[in-house]
Amino acid sequence: MQGTSSTARTLHGRSLPLLVHVLKSVENLGVSYVKGTELYQSKLEAEIRRLKFSYRESLEDEYEPRRKDHISHFILRLAYCQSEDLRRWFIQQEMDLLRFRFSILPKDKIQSFLQDSHLHFEAISEEEKNLREQEIIASSTSLGGPKLELEYVYKIPFADALDLFRGRKVYLENGFAYVPLKDIVAIILNEFRAKLSKALALTARSLPAVQSDERLQPLLNHLSHSYIGQDYSIQGNAGKISLDQIDSLSTKSFPPCMRQLHKALRENHHLRHGGRMQYGLFLKGIGLTLEQALQFWKQEFIKGKMDPDKFDKGYSYNIRHSFGKEGKRTDYTPFSCLKIILTNPPSQGDYHGCPFRHSDPELLKQKLQSYKITPGGISQILDLVKGTHYQVACQKYFEMTHNVDDCGFSLNHPNQFFVESQRVLNGGKDIKKESIPPETPQPKQSAQKTKNASSALASLNSSLEMDMEGLEDYFSE
Amino acid sequence: MEPFDPAELPELLKLYYRRLFPYAQYYRWLNYGGVVKNYFQHREFSFTLKDDIYIRYQSFNNQSDLEKEMQKMNPYKIDIGAVYSHRGNGSAVTWLCRPNQHNTVKLGAFQAQEKELVFDIDMTDYDDVRRCCSSADICSKCWTLMTMAIRIIDRALKEDFGFKHRLWVYSGRRGVHCWVCDESVRKLSSAVRSGIVEYLSLVKGGQDVKKKVHLSENVHPFVRKSISIIKKYFEGYALVGQDILENKESWDKILALVPETMHNDLQQNFQKHHSSLQRWEYLKKAASQCPSNIKNEKCGPWLEWEIMLQYCFPRLDINVSKGINHLLKSPFSVHPKTGRISVPIDLQKVDQFDPFAVPTISSICHELDAIFTSEAEKEENQAESDIKHRTRDYKKTSLAPYVKVFEQFLENLDKSRKGELLKKSDLQKDF
Repeated sequence: MQGTSSTARTLHGRSLPLLVHVLKSVENLGVSYVKGTELYQSKLEAEIRRLKFSYRESLEDEYEPRRKDHISHFILRLAYCQSEDLRRWFIQQEMDLLRFRFSILPKDKIQSFLQDSHLHFEAISEEEKNLREQEIIASSTSLGGPKLELEYVYKIPFADALDLFRGRKVYLENGFAYVPLKDIVAIILNEFRAKLSKALALTARSLPAVQSDERLQPLLNHLSHSYIGQDYSIQGNAGKISLDQIDSLSTKSFPPCMRQLHKALRENHHLRHGGRMQYGLFLKGIGLTLEQALQFWKQEFIKGKMDPDKFDKGYSYNIRHSFGKEGKRTDYTPFSCLKIILTNPPSQGDYHGCPFRHSDPELLKQKLQSYKITPGGISQILDLVKGTHYQVACQKYFEMTHNVDDCGFSLNHPNQFFVESQRVLNGGKDIKKESIPPETPQPKQSAQKTKNASSALASLNSSLEMDMEGLEDYFSE
Repeated sequence: MEPFDPAELPELLKLYYRRLFPYAQYYRWLNYGGVVKNYFQHREFSFTLKDDIYIRYQSFNNQSDLEKEMQKMNPYKIDIGAVYSHRGNGSAVTWLCRPNQHNTVKLGAFQAQEKELVFDIDMTDYDDVRRCCSSADICSKCWTLMTMAIRIIDRALKEDFGFKHRLWVYSGRRGVHCWVCDESVRKLSSAVRSGIVEYLSLVKGGQDVKKKVHLSENVHPFVRKSISIIKKYFEGYALVGQDILENKESWDKILALVPETMHNDLQQNFQKHHSSLQRWEYLKKAASQCPSNIKNEKCGPWLEWEIMLQYCFPRLDINVSKGINHLLKSPFSVHPKTGRISVPIDLQKVDQFDPFAVPTISSICHELDAIFTSEAEKEENQAESDIKHRTRDYKKTSLAPYVKVFEQFLENLDKSRKGELLKKSDLQKDF
């Protein structure tokens, strides 16, 4: 493969891990702070500046850093194109970064950017604008007051304005979105997402050729695994849990999301699809075998007066499917916290989701009270929830229920909660070390406090630094 | 109407599929003018047969093939899926590594490519806000929820999104479906479908959330227009029919949606009034008077609107709409529990639509029997009369007006198609 040696040399300049640092920062900040707010923007700017990342658009003097930036991006495409989850994560972070960079672009540069990107947007005439003035103003939150005469408004087919119309942030009429210039960035992001998504799919197809290059493969594997973390799909601990342990485990070692699902299942003898997925995969992750899972669900559903045959026909197929024994035989991985928080919110009749994210504070408080959490702990948790630090709130719950000052880990997966809980309850005996891949960074427990989001970030950074040492060695000739 | 007995289904279905199912119109729909090669042939159907046997990836060559197979298999339920890249062959050929026969399909190459945009509105999703029924039950009082849902969603699909070909169908028991069939819509990606559902969603949250609707200061035209529609029905449906402020138990639920500072005042005054109507008027007044400097508390008309929306605004199931390969119950299919036919709903008469007047399979078979016996007495040649009857039998039953609605929908599709073809040929200067 041409040019790889020069690529390896530029990587030595730390541009590659740097970009991943940035993307990881973007992700963490995106969970802890509401995107787009001033606080988020300033935190992100500070973080990027700290990482000495080139983000200003002043071009000529920044040629080298931008070139490295481009190269890093392409290397990361190789690393992250390999699975649906990785692709989604990569695209999301790149989009957040692009959105931020666009937001600091001076106004006069926007028009030229549009022209350079060959995005064909038609501005509508004054009369057309006047006819719809009220509607456009009522729809676009970015317009401050009736100053429509000063703004350009563009008429775009609605499907090209996905990020705007889905949140009802734009006026739609007869299949067209009427977009003020200020909102054009959302359209650009849409284009970017579509192009990047296609590019990643293409990259995945050409991956076999790249993978055969022994210089690149270890690096690529190392990157995607260490920066995302364990996904708990490896069943090194399968068969170590028995079904009659589950009730007590649910109160002792399950995170609140799974505790609530288990309780609902026991009470209603049924769970809807979202709940079955989230809870079923979690159970797989803690070590339930397929046979156990089938028995578990069937026993419960039958109590709800379900016909055993109906269960066999309808539900057992799905359970086997989620274990990778049917259909396209994908072994589905248990949902991470981010996935639970960000996708498929619960509706009427659902019990899945993240209680810290999806429950009313009042009802969450009652729930925590029923779990016998102290009032002091409850109010700390509610404060964290108010600040949208959902995973940190869950860490606090862990600390309160396990009677420790510091949970000692940065929570990003329900199965991680379970493993850590078992570790504490079994007197520090490490569980199934062999199932944890060696690349996963273990944060130094003594050094870091994980009491709030920025320290969570700090602890992640320290583990990244540890990793970086390995990388430096890899590149030294 | 003839009472429906599920045990009779096998016999009734035989007659239904032989004499009443409108195959010609059905094929006309799904063939979409034959403009795209193999569009009908690559469509997935799934059948649920007697004893819950479920088969997927059924596909048919043409109308007569469809007819023959349906009559042979006598399905209890028919679902329509996507148009795939290849013909289905009745099993999950996509994923299994099978030995080659004729058509070897490479793993992963069998893809869902196009499908109508569909919506499923189910009455069970409103259980938290209807007092008359719950679960699978419906009555004339709560059916208004479906009427409002159809009006609100249809207006948005037509006026906001510009969709022209929308078929609304009664599901047969407790809800309605919508099939949007425009050519461009059938090609929409899953992401855009999800986006459309999001645009149309206002009621958010499950058991753990009391207040499910939150409006911002800026009210989007979609929300404003939906509220206007709800206003037309609110008094009759919510204040009279559902009587949502009838007594303490019911009005406490409304109070849960209102700032705490207003509770005492409302409780006291509700006691003094005698009807939901009066209490609602009082609530509106109290809401408009509350000072606007209370942070994080909603007052003014927004409060009133949020309550109306929580009680009346449509609730969509995003999973039904977003997947291109999602299977949905077919129009003119029979509901095995109620016996009702999934009939198209006439949008011009949506307020008069009565789910309890929808014909059941037993009632129309009965009608057919009665006519046939009297006519057969006049006909000499049995075979001849059989063939003649087959093509027009449904016309003699209560199914007829519903097929007419369907035909009107097909006419519009045809007109559009002709218009498009003309435009294309004009562009190519092809006279």
